[in-house]
Amino acid sequence: MPNSGTQSFTGEDLLCIRGERAVFAGLEFAVASGDALILSGPNGSGKSSLLRVMAGLLMPARGLLRRDGQPVTDDPEAHHTSLHYVGHLDAVKPVLSVAENLEFWAALKGDASHVASALETFDLQGLSDMSARLLSSGQRRRLNLARIAANPAPLWLLDEPAVGLDTASAAALTELIAAHRAQGGIAIVSTHTDLGINDAETLQLDDFALAAAA
Amino acid sequence: MIGAMGRILLRDLRISMRQGSDIVVVVMFFVITVALFPFGVGPESNILARIAAGVVWVCAMLATLLSLDRMFLNDYEDGSLEQLALSPLPLFAVVLAKAAAHWLVTGLPLILAAPVLATLLNMAPEGYLTLFFVMLLGTPTLSLVGAIGASLTLGARRAGVLVSVLVLPLYIPVLIFAVGAIDAASMSLTARPHLLFLGAMLAGALPLAPWASAAAIRQALN
Repeated sequence: MPNSGTQSFTGEDLLCIRGERAVFAGLEFAVASGDALILSGPNGSGKSSLLRVMAGLLMPARGLLRRDGQPVTDDPEAHHTSLHYVGHLDAVKPVLSVAENLEFWAALKGDASHVASALETFDLQGLSDMSARLLSSGQRRRLNLARIAANPAPLWLLDEPAVGLDTASAAALTELIAAHRAQGGIAIVSTHTDLGINDAETLQLDDFALAAAA
Repeated sequence: MIGAMGRILLRDLRISMRQGSDIVVVVMFFVITVALFPFGVGPESNILARIAAGVVWVCAMLATLLSLDRMFLNDYEDGSLEQLALSPLPLFAVVLAKAAAHWLVTGLPLILAAPVLATLLNMAPEGYLTLFFVMLLGTPTLSLVGAIGASLTLGARRAGVLVSVLVLPLYIPVLIFAVGAIDAASMSLTARPHLLFLGAMLAGALPLAPWASAAAIRQALN
């Protein structure tokens, strides 16, 4: 069972400083297997920063992230192996074909056998031999999202995943997240639009901005 | 881990091959800068022979410098670098794979072009074999040390200029021993001590440069 790896993912007393300003302080969260957490808040409230902190790209100024009780800093490579992070940038190489792009990331995560089905999930199978230079921005986004369908990983960190997606692709994403949770996966999503994710908890980031100002 | 490093290496090579102009431009730059010297210094063959080793090496360094920005910058700008940092591979190994790819597409063509250019400058025939070995030992060090500069300047304005200022001083030891080896060989002395120093620099750069570069990349992504 690929997604049985993580039972819980928690953050304690997280403080994030960008420039000279505390973006959020004293932030706590706890998600367990099968949960979804929606990050919401106005622009600049630290949704992207929090997701980068969770992924381990950004070091929190204070606080600790734990997976199954173990601090993630104990074994960052294991943490990286078992998560998918989708940021604002699409990580698509224009000189490679659509399939080559996805194959590279899938193989790097250890298994490139589901590339074809992942492309199908986001309706890219017809474009697989096309140069990625010719993709529209929405198609590039879909190719980036296809990464999460190509390899199982128990923790998904998605930063505004629906930006630029058409309705059919947004529905495919919602379905994918639901299937991921049904298998015991965790999804943490920042979004301004309602993706239709069922019984998700919401973390309001501006609550913690107030704590930072005080 | 070796398999994943191989994948990154092959991907970088494939990208460079499809943008073939990158490789050609570096070699052309090398050829043209070397070819400028006979015009500037004059066509006296004994003067050219005296400066040949130094000219070839300085120009090889400048050509390497020209290609450093593409080692990490494209990946940084399109988000690939953060995905690579989140791969199961330690960042150290990612840097090593990318530096190896950089060497294959810049260092190797420069090694092949160097003897031709040395002929152009009338280098002493005794120096050619040494020139080859010196390039073989020295250019990987240029790529590795260059990786530090390339990763330190990620996100900086006018990174190309900044990288020259950071990296060129670090290239001086390589230059000294590389030219020393060729000069020694041209005068029929042993080049061995110089080659040993170059080997030592490569052996030092191999673990240290990827480590420093990985730390700089982590800082750039922060």
